[in-house]
Amino acid sequence: MSIPTLTPSSALRVHDLRVAYDGTEVLRGVDLELRTGEWLGLIGPNGSGKSTLLRALVGLVPSAGGVELGQGGRPGPTDLSLMPQSPELPPGMTVVEYVLLGRTAHLGWLRQESAADRRVATDVLRRLGLASFAGRPVLQLSGGEAQRVVIARALAQQSPVLLLDEPTSALDVGHQVEVLELVDELRHEDGLTVVAAMHDLGTAARYSDRLALLDRGSLAAVGAPREVLEEDLVSRVYGHPVRVHELDGHLVVVPAPRAARHTPTAPVSLADRRQGAQTDQEVS
Amino acid sequence: MSTTYPPRTVDELDRAAERAFRLPAAAVLGSVAVLLLVGMVSVTQGAAGLPVEGVVRSLLDALPGVHLHQTLTDQQQAVLWQIRLPRTVLGALVGGSLAMAGAGYQGVFRNPLADPYLLGVSAGAGLGAVLALGFGLDLSWGPVDALPAAAFLGALVAVTASVVVARGSFRDPATLLLAGVAMAALFSATQTYAIQKLDESRSREVLSWLFGRLATNGWHPVVLLLPYVALAGVVLLLHARHLDVLRLGDDEARSLGLHPARSRLVVVAAATLLTASAVSVSGLIAFVGLVTPHVVRLLVGHSYRALVPLSALVGAAFLAFVDIGARTLAAPAELPVGVITAFVGAPFFCIVLWRGRYGA
Repeated sequence: MSIPTLTPSSALRVHDLRVAYDGTEVLRGVDLELRTGEWLGLIGPNGSGKSTLLRALVGLVPSAGGVELGQGGRPGPTDLSLMPQSPELPPGMTVVEYVLLGRTAHLGWLRQESAADRRVATDVLRRLGLASFAGRPVLQLSGGEAQRVVIARALAQQSPVLLLDEPTSALDVGHQVEVLELVDELRHEDGLTVVAAMHDLGTAARYSDRLALLDRGSLAAVGAPREVLEEDLVSRVYGHPVRVHELDGHLVVVPAPRAARHTPTAPVSLADRRQGAQTDQEVS
Repeated sequence: MSTTYPPRTVDELDRAAERAFRLPAAAVLGSVAVLLLVGMVSVTQGAAGLPVEGVVRSLLDALPGVHLHQTLTDQQQAVLWQIRLPRTVLGALVGGSLAMAGAGYQGVFRNPLADPYLLGVSAGAGLGAVLALGFGLDLSWGPVDALPAAAFLGALVAVTASVVVARGSFRDPATLLLAGVAMAALFSATQTYAIQKLDESRSREVLSWLFGRLATNGWHPVVLLLPYVALAGVVLLLHARHLDVLRLGDDEARSLGLHPARSRLVVVAAATLLTASAVSVSGLIAFVGLVTPHVVRLLVGHSYRALVPLSALVGAAFLAFVDIGARTLAAPAELPVGVITAFVGAPFFCIVLWRGRYGA
């Protein structure tokens, strides 16, 4: 599968992006540069503007400010593909038909899908191990299967940037990992750039090269997961004290009891934490 | 990923990809066959029956390069060519137009209840007809008589008013629908008021038009209707793919590269033109536009690329069939065809719903 390559440095530049719903600002001037091939995790509490940011990038909500491709120009559906949070699965539509709809931007105003478009759809389905699903109605799929089919449709769009809006929120742990691993694999194989709004901070940290933390429509921090997942910052933005642990080399963010005091430190290992807890008990 | 798959699966995959959104040939052939059969029955049945063989000879003889010995009398030839055939063709055109417009509206509004009269077409056409038949409003223009002209313009005025009330926005189908409901109410009320002002014979004439009645003046209405049906029909067929993308909802359609508002505008315009021109020569024929797409869905599934053309064929056959009854059941009097479409269509639709196969 051929994906058009961009300049190596920047896939997308967002400059002072603002979105207002009925006069209420939901995004208050977001500046962001997306590097080609990276996985950028969008985190932030509910209502912080994660979905709005993704929707503004593809032009689903009217926005002020600039969204520009790395090589210049406004992005279109062949540059960005969006995997919506709760995709619509129309009754009676088969998996391969659903994936073929991803070719819409590649067809003219009136044209039908060509043999080449069908080829793209079958290739994607085969690649995602969905070949035997092709003729099944999308409505009869399980949550995990449906999510893979939606990814297949996004891939059929053949755009170099993939925007995922909470791709795993409806899935159990096993299927979450399966879907995210798949996206990661595709990213490495095809040189895709991924922006994913994610709920679970640990998962976000694990898959993202960088995290962007949104706080009421503004970026509170952008950087490597270890820099962004800083206890004080996350506690403040989420409005609840959290502890950041390290477990098997991965960051884990857990809520702390309301009363607990937390000291602004760099992430520490779980063992250190336990020791700390014991010390606390001893003190009390 | 270099996983190998059993060839059986790959075959299935390729076949599924081939079938995707395709118009099933069997369904097309089947509905064309039914349409021809209904057409044959329609031209031979009536006040005076015509012999099938003679009709076939006469019809085939009209094809370029075919010459057959004729067995119909001159009078029978006249009945066939001046009365029966134009009437049958008109019925098929009107039925096909309404069914296709219904499929278009259902796709655009993503609503199974949508029918071609949704945005006020019926009420607008009705008011136009009342003004023309009852009050002598004469908008006749060139070859177009006063009644069809008034009905056609009334329909377009009502739909345009709905669109204007919705501030010209095709982004929000719900607002457009509600504007249509408001306009339909306004035009219907005006129409009812106007009918009350008429004397009895004129109001009877108006009512019989409102119940749906195919025009009987030979090829004239067919010729009037044909350019609109051809133009709007082609536009609708070419936009069936847009309707398939719209099934994902406006947001997803937009992120895939469709302009939902633009597609909706084009489809609504084409479907309205089809409906208005059909209504102008047939009055208000109920149910064809609503039910036909649903029946076709049961046969071939939900893809609009199959739904729109097949609805046209099935709607054409259905109305031509029902019109046989309208002409013969109470002969020599004629029953309003719109009443029979509802009499036949409603119970049939009820059975379909009762058996619960819809939406499977």
